[in-house]
Amino acid sequence: MRWFDDALPFFAHFLLWSLLSVGGAIGLLPDMHRYLVAEHHWINDAQFTSALALGQASPGPNMILFAALLGWQIFGLPGALLAVVGLILPSSLITMAYFRYSRIHRERLWVRAMHDGMAPVTVGLLLSSGWLLARHEAADWQHIGLIAATVTMSLRTRVNPLWLLLAGALFGALGLI
Amino acid sequence: MMKIRPPIVFLDSSRNPSSQHAATRAPRNIGELFWVFNHLTLLGVGGVLPFAQRILVEDKRWLRTDEFVEMLSLGQVLPGPNLINLALMVGQHFFGWRGAVVALSGMLAAPLVLIFIVALAYSGFAHTPLVAHGLQGMSAVVAGLVIAMAVKLFPAIQARRSNWLWAALAFGGVGVLRLNLLWVLLVLGPLAVGLAWWQLRRS
Repeated sequence: MRWFDDALPFFAHFLLWSLLSVGGAIGLLPDMHRYLVAEHHWINDAQFTSALALGQASPGPNMILFAALLGWQIFGLPGALLAVVGLILPSSLITMAYFRYSRIHRERLWVRAMHDGMAPVTVGLLLSSGWLLARHEAADWQHIGLIAATVTMSLRTRVNPLWLLLAGALFGALGLI
Repeated sequence: MMKIRPPIVFLDSSRNPSSQHAATRAPRNIGELFWVFNHLTLLGVGGVLPFAQRILVEDKRWLRTDEFVEMLSLGQVLPGPNLINLALMVGQHFFGWRGAVVALSGMLAAPLVLIFIVALAYSGFAHTPLVAHGLQGMSAVVAGLVIAMAVKLFPAIQARRSNWLWAALAFGGVGVLRLNLLWVLLVLGPLAVGLAWWQLRRS
């Protein structure tokens, strides 16, 4: 790894992506692919995709894990550190500053309007996330049944979601779905 | 003994009586904050958000549903991954900037160690059908969990009839028409906030 020629621009891009990740970091994927794969050939397509899949299969915030794997594949452990810190730092400072401000100025009309107005949009977006995931997974009636059973169980009972995940893994592994 | 704490002050909960359910509590100390975030992040295979809602709102009762939605919304409009922003805000709410750092560390420390182990193991097992099918079954459950969580959040936005419109438009734009999230936020955000501003000013 050459610090000035490679690592510095790499880090700078993650800092920039952090600022651009409005509405969730998943929207950064095309630009990350463009910079890391198409432009610099630091990793290939398959490495990029498998890092994404692993970030989703492993517990924790997906996009952070994805960034850590990208950095690791490109520059080893220091690369993972640069990617994670870069992706988190600028947005975190903004979030903490805004949260502090919004609590001090909670009576300001626009602060209240901002919070009131965005809440329903957020709930709608979360429902879309669930819907898109479900559509992607709803390959046949067994899958649809599993999704519907999960929704019903988590709305009607206090069952720990972990048991539902384990049941899903078991159904899948046994070939029942 | 758990301390009973007043609601988050920037929320005028009188405007939203439907979400004033049981009294909320505060974390016992900053260490509990770390371990709870460590706990919920490790449960989050395929998505941490359903576990965050379950543990922070239903089990620990550190946040009411409307407070949770509020923080998620802010996490959505501010840059940065939503979950990271949620951890920062919950931590900051209880223990200031130290709390933000501790909650974030709790959320990231264990998964960052685990991911490298998983990555090494995965190169060996990725193509065994057992693992692939198991993961597929889990993905279907994750989809169900996210839908259920979104439904559970609806009480937080029942205060105004116009809220149903914004939720429906956001769902229609991103979920049905598959529009780019950023564009949907850029169009719906100002409209929804503008209407809320007008309604608040009138009242």
